[in-house]
Amino acid sequence: MATADIHIAEDIHHGDHHDQQQSFVTKYIFSQDHKTIAKQFLITGIFWALMGGLMSLVFRLQLGFPEATLEWLRPIFGGWITESGKLDPEFYLAMVTMHGTIMIFFVLTAGLSGTFSNFLIPLQIGARDMASGFMNMLSYWFFFLSSVVMFISLFIETGPASGGWVIYPPLSALPQAMSGSGLGMTMWLIAMVFFIVSTMLGGINYITTIINLRTRGMSFTRLPLTIWAFLLTATLALLSFPVLVAAVLLLIFDRSFGTSFYLSDIYIGGEALPNSGGSPILFQHLFWFLGHPEVYIVILPALGITSEIISTNSRKPIFGYMAMIGSLIAITLLSFVVWAHHMFVTGMNPFLGSVFVLLTFIIAVPSAVKVFNYLTTLWRGNIIFTPAMLFSIGLVSFFITGGVTGLFLGNAALDIQLHDTYFVVAHFHIVMGSAAFFGMVAGVYHWFPKMFGRMMDARLGYIHFWMSFVGIYSVFFPMHYIGIAGFPRRYYSFTNFDAFNSYTDLNALITIAAFITMAAQFIFLFNFFYSIFRGRKAPQNPWRSNTLEWTAPINPEHGNWPGEIPTVYRWPYDYSKPGAKEDFIPQNIPFSETSESNLPNETESIKLEGFDKKDAIVVDDTEE
Amino acid sequence: MMNLVLIVGGILVLTIIIALVRVSSLISVARKEGTKVDKSSNRVNGALMLIFLIVSGIVTIWYSISTFDTYNLPLASEHGAVTDRLFWTTMAVTGFIFMLTNILLFYFSYRYQYNEERRAFFFPDNNKLEILWTVVPAIVLTLLVFSGLTAWHDITSKAPKDSEVIEIMGYQFAWATRYPGKDDKLGNYNYRLIDVENLFGLDFSDRNAHDDFMPRELHLPKGKPVLFKIRARDVIHSVFAPHFRLKMDAVPGMPTQFWFVPTKTTEEMRAETGNDEFNYEIACTEVCGRGHFTMRLLVIVDEPEDYEKWKAGQQPWLAKNPGYLSKIPKEMRELAMINAGISLDEK
Repeated sequence: MATADIHIAEDIHHGDHHDQQQSFVTKYIFSQDHKTIAKQFLITGIFWALMGGLMSLVFRLQLGFPEATLEWLRPIFGGWITESGKLDPEFYLAMVTMHGTIMIFFVLTAGLSGTFSNFLIPLQIGARDMASGFMNMLSYWFFFLSSVVMFISLFIETGPASGGWVIYPPLSALPQAMSGSGLGMTMWLIAMVFFIVSTMLGGINYITTIINLRTRGMSFTRLPLTIWAFLLTATLALLSFPVLVAAVLLLIFDRSFGTSFYLSDIYIGGEALPNSGGSPILFQHLFWFLGHPEVYIVILPALGITSEIISTNSRKPIFGYMAMIGSLIAITLLSFVVWAHHMFVTGMNPFLGSVFVLLTFIIAVPSAVKVFNYLTTLWRGNIIFTPAMLFSIGLVSFFITGGVTGLFLGNAALDIQLHDTYFVVAHFHIVMGSAAFFGMVAGVYHWFPKMFGRMMDARLGYIHFWMSFVGIYSVFFPMHYIGIAGFPRRYYSFTNFDAFNSYTDLNALITIAAFITMAAQFIFLFNFFYSIFRGRKAPQNPWRSNTLEWTAPINPEHGNWPGEIPTVYRWPYDYSKPGAKEDFIPQNIPFSETSESNLPNETESIKLEGFDKKDAIVVDDTEE
Repeated sequence: MMNLVLIVGGILVLTIIIALVRVSSLISVARKEGTKVDKSSNRVNGALMLIFLIVSGIVTIWYSISTFDTYNLPLASEHGAVTDRLFWTTMAVTGFIFMLTNILLFYFSYRYQYNEERRAFFFPDNNKLEILWTVVPAIVLTLLVFSGLTAWHDITSKAPKDSEVIEIMGYQFAWATRYPGKDDKLGNYNYRLIDVENLFGLDFSDRNAHDDFMPRELHLPKGKPVLFKIRARDVIHSVFAPHFRLKMDAVPGMPTQFWFVPTKTTEEMRAETGNDEFNYEIACTEVCGRGHFTMRLLVIVDEPEDYEKWKAGQQPWLAKNPGYLSKIPKEMRELAMINAGISLDEK
């Protein structure tokens, strides 16, 4: 507690003088201001989202229109377009792999957590900045380094990594198996190690800041759900990503130093390899020990963001605040013990499979609770359709649609048939990919005024939403049918099989929908960059929201609040409280000023308020 | 020329968007929006919520019914019937939840649009409701889990003793199959013995290997349990026989297996589907490199007697490749020739 106070005292000083002396480099490039770092993450994330999205269009062209000639892409892809004007099958796999890697790690982990954890944690808990601004800066620059390495790997002669984003060895370990497993894979591994360092630095910072730097009165039960989500996400990342480092390290050893962690009894390229005793399944266990928490690392921040947005724009408290926190915690804990449901058909012990079926079904319960709580929040609300709200509602719909298909895949007996078919592709793209993406976009629309002091255009936002929402459903919903019909994923073409020679029409439709969805993102990009410079000036609290960030100046300097940091007296969801003058009461309004709307126990706590203010040594005695 | 048109078109679209945005933001500044909720766009979005719900609901139901035969794969294994029943039970349960929650979501969005005159209902929590929707899903899920686990337990149980044992090996980029021959025992193998001819790396110092045969297509007997012994020799592959509801990874260095009972011959299936060219197939479902999508294995299910006839007509691999006799220890060579059915005179 003491450290927190010293920090606050120091920072009042800091807010007054520091910023005037900053050069361009320290202010915009090697900045230690969490708001600038958040914007750096966001812009880099948007760049990667664009790359990942365009890659998906390339392989969708192949899948939707296998007869079409792609000669016109030769100026970009050169030798990866074959003589006959087709996409090279290995390059197709490279695109699929890089699309997955980029979207999951660079967009929905760094772009989502990096942006909103950085931006919102200090602003919503009432802190001047992160616990360590320097580490925060390092976090971004490690991500940048990782991005550079990954980006360069796209242009090397042997192509980028191409064994799927899960990089299962031996395929990823043996350059003889496919050309992407050569230098491209090495660069993938290096980039991922840097990426994990970045995530670690960020995560430690997020956790420390949330625990130590909350303003007076900001107890854990008064934290906005966004912050709870970021806290748990960072915890997940901190515990699971190191396991991926271990997996990657052993893979590097197998690739470069002749060890046999994952390799055994292999005959490839006309020779028998000396490796023996390794297990490729070991890698899968290690990978999914990260890989499964990773999908929650992706979705939890999005759920936190939408909880906040749905409550604000329904003008209603989030229903079941404690249940929401409880289900977040339950999901966090359970996400560590369900990883092997990705491996039901690897030949694992059937009993072990049963255990993972059971655990997987348990995790569906807190997820269901969240959905019902969202629905009850909307019920009898007073709903304002801001673009952020639309995307949040879209997220809930995706979370339901993608969530229920999880009950098929989590059931081992059904997974036998559905595993690695398009049903899986549909499932995770909806529940994790699109839902998290919608959460991210919703967050951008909602906090854009705080980030840039201007508003994004709402009408373009509506067009963006409806095109994306209908587009994404048109892309991924049909994939369920294709998956039930048994079509395997990561197939370059289906013409070799009698069983898979149907659905050319549906595949073409999906590709067209994908193009429309992508086009909608350009509307967003335009709106985003245009509004940074020319958008309408934002009022201080455009959404009439309760959380602390809206008490800061429209364009907060480094240090966030010019004077004292506001004190918090209530939870963040006092919307439409009976008797209150307005339909919202910000967190920094004491109960003594709202006698007309106080509940009996709140009137009681007025006595504590004065005490809180005078005694600056105690940050908050109601904590823990 | 085409490029020029595209560029000009792109610029035109961009200009139009900029102009529209400019106009719309000027209008909104003039109307002093931002201080108030924009009622008309709120109404439009609310209506679109309802329209989306109705239109997408109708399209989904119509498509699901009218194209049922396209996505519902014909079934040809005993355990597959259990899988399918479980699949459709899960579909019914989740379909109901899916429709209910999505309908509520879009209907509430439409119904409770912003109205200045009205206050939202302050309803922060209700423990009874929370318990209700924790317990009810938990019970429903428990029922699903138990039927699922029973099925899983049966499918993964030990293969019956009288199973036809057949080996399937994946390699870049094809499948190879091996039958145990007359002795009904698959011979040993060693990956170090693999060469261009000896795909499996058969070890002929094991007498069981002498009569093993390796056809190009997989033949299975109808109505008899079949045990697939599955392995790979380079990277991970995965055996997927969609009509048998069967999938199992083929892992180098870690043999796996899957047993099942085929229930319909290829001929019967041709009659059932009305497709004279119908064939069972095995595909690869674990990405394995450039030719992943080409790993097709033809499967033919015969009546048991035809199957036996076919099997009897197959020549052991060793008989087809007598050159490998020289690699067999001298004292075993004669035995090997007898086992493989090579006449001793040839030597």
